[in-house]
Amino acid sequence: MADIHKNDVDAITGVSTTGHEWDGIRELNNPLPRWWLWVFYLCIVWSVAYWVVYPAWPLVSSYTSGVFGWKSRDAVQVQLADLRAQRAAFADKLDAASLEQIESTPALLSFARAQGRAAFGDNCAPCHGAGAGGSKGYPNLNDDDWMWGGSLEQIQQTLLHGIRSADPDAHVGDMPAFGRDGILTRPEVVVVADYVRSLGNLPVPAGVTPDLTKGKELFEANCAACHGADGKGNIELGAPNLTDGIWLYGSDRDSVIATITNGRAGIMPAWSGRLDPTTIKALTVYVHSLGGGS
Amino acid sequence: MNVASKPETVETEIDGPLYESRRKIYPIAVHGTFRRIKWTLLIITLGIYYLLPFVRWDRGPNAPSQAVLVDLANGRFYFFFIEIWPQEIYYVTGLLILAALVLFLMNAVAGRLWCGYLCPQTVWTDLFQVIERMVEGDPRQRREKLKTASRAQRAFEAAAKHFLWIMVAWWTGGAWVLYFADAPTLTMQLLKGEGPAVAYLWIGILTFTTYVLAGHMREQVCTYMCPWPRIQAALTDEYALNVTYRYDRGEPRGSLKKTEALKREGLPAGDCVDCHQCVAACPTGVDIRLGSQLACIQCGLCIDACDTVMKKVGRPTALIAYDTEMNVERRSKGLAPITKILRARTVLYAALIAVIGGIMVYSLAARGTESVSVLHDRNPLFVQLSDGSIRNAYTMRIVNKQPMPRRFAVAVEGVPQARLEVAGGVSAVENGHPVIEVGPDQTYELRVLLSTHAKLPAEASLGITFSITDVAGGQTSTVFDHFKGP
Repeated sequence: MADIHKNDVDAITGVSTTGHEWDGIRELNNPLPRWWLWVFYLCIVWSVAYWVVYPAWPLVSSYTSGVFGWKSRDAVQVQLADLRAQRAAFADKLDAASLEQIESTPALLSFARAQGRAAFGDNCAPCHGAGAGGSKGYPNLNDDDWMWGGSLEQIQQTLLHGIRSADPDAHVGDMPAFGRDGILTRPEVVVVADYVRSLGNLPVPAGVTPDLTKGKELFEANCAACHGADGKGNIELGAPNLTDGIWLYGSDRDSVIATITNGRAGIMPAWSGRLDPTTIKALTVYVHSLGGGS
Repeated sequence: MNVASKPETVETEIDGPLYESRRKIYPIAVHGTFRRIKWTLLIITLGIYYLLPFVRWDRGPNAPSQAVLVDLANGRFYFFFIEIWPQEIYYVTGLLILAALVLFLMNAVAGRLWCGYLCPQTVWTDLFQVIERMVEGDPRQRREKLKTASRAQRAFEAAAKHFLWIMVAWWTGGAWVLYFADAPTLTMQLLKGEGPAVAYLWIGILTFTTYVLAGHMREQVCTYMCPWPRIQAALTDEYALNVTYRYDRGEPRGSLKKTEALKREGLPAGDCVDCHQCVAACPTGVDIRLGSQLACIQCGLCIDACDTVMKKVGRPTALIAYDTEMNVERRSKGLAPITKILRARTVLYAALIAVIGGIMVYSLAARGTESVSVLHDRNPLFVQLSDGSIRNAYTMRIVNKQPMPRRFAVAVEGVPQARLEVAGGVSAVENGHPVIEVGPDQTYELRVLLSTHAKLPAEASLGITFSITDVAGGQTSTVFDHFKGP
């Protein structure tokens, strides 16, 4: 305030000025009320106290931790414990109810779907997609085609033990590499591929004349054991239905030939042990409700 | 004691103080019309505030029976026969707009009516000052006591005053929390010390703010903290009535003897006897004779103070009155005063209030007791099923605003050969439509699967309409969305 000029008083208001002037507009020196000043000083004291009790200043390899010992990580743990306690009322009901009871009780269904959606986003979305829309090799869970069964119990079984995982109860089914392992010759593979595509009523590419008689013969000899003589598949072995409109690895001729040549063996991890049983139950109900199961 | 009319000594020191020390204001008690109006409004407004939570209103078995209740836990606001859901928060917006317009209209008609009579800061400060005068006496008596009363007696009176203030402040905070829970139950819980911690916290906060703002800050709130005086000055015009000192009549002021002598000699003499009662009565410590000013809250107490003196000295009252600067000038020039309530701004404010109020009343009266909304699955937009048909999935939310459970039939239009299913085994099917039960005063979210076997055009996007129909009552609500294909 060194440039306050003595007797530099604004004529109109009778208030002294700070001596600052911009384009003829002069800054008046109207002092603040005392309480305001005290609040300002108090804030300064407060900030210093804050440095003492809370983590504040960075050091070379750590930071001042504060005398309260407060850590953001601990705060998160407390909040998570609170969340678990809040959910306990509903979680206990989920534990006690059967899957069917959960689906037919609106309140439990809402809770299971909400919890299932969250768990799905954290654990399942990397392969199946955020909306469970799937992609090549990773099934779409919104449709009505279920390789390993789409009932509540079957979905739960798949979630708990996985597919071709290390779990002893995992789903296991082998699609041999017919071409690569020499079970079928390359021309035979092509004939079988054309026959399989005819099962699903897929359009025949131009310039291709499928040999369906030979294809049927080869199919019955090599494929029917798992996929069934009619090609409708077998959920016990995870053998997909070849007569429907859903093709996990693509339905064009090259894709089907590649599948028969090299075999397919998609893997899903077992979630038992990674997720608690309540979460797996909620996930089961959520996945089942996406497309209504089968 | 208050001698505020003196201009402040000008601070010309090079290192002037960083703060302005506060002039403590102890207004004297006055009697008269405006004081009576203020007492009446104080009793009405505080009466409403303290007692309203205890008013009961029967809403049936599934709803609370408190007339005014903000039910934060369940997300409901009850106001007598009106129930507001969180998504209807725009009614609050409407109320705030109405409140602003009413404030503007009051201001256009008669200046700071809100500040002088209705503002909580004014009302509670008034109440605190009554307590102060009851315990410690009028400013004159207090000055006397400085000489006559013992130190102990003055300390006792000060303690009694602060105790009573804190009691009023505590009751203010207590009444506040009663708007957020069942008032009789919460009152009992609080008395037994079993109330929820958050209730005690809020009582504490409001006790503190009331005690500080009404007991200690007082006019400082109006002059330093409140934005309205600044805005108000920009919104007013020359026709708005203000508490005005009629200097055409009052000046030149002088003592009773002097002015009477001047009058006898036929010299100019005003009615103002310069008794300073208007200043002594002012709760913000201004001298109204200097003209309208920011700190004046226009409470009219100087009018009462002046009228009392004028009656005593046998001069006409209303030397200070609700008037305009323009009229004072006109009268001093011998022109007739103009009073104009119907002006562009008053008509405009009134019309806006009527329109917005009308829209709110209409929308409140016309709103349905059920509603439906849908959210189309975006990932995946559509799914091909094993039989080749295409399915879209939607999250549907049905709102039942009646205090009884209701059953709704869900239907859709706009998709050929549509098959509508509800995921999860919670629906019955009646007459080919899934039927959903929604609890009283609740929303229910369901997953709706809509599929069709019909041949769709490439990149199909069909406009569809979902409808929900109350199976018993027949009320219908619809919502528009799309059905997408490959």
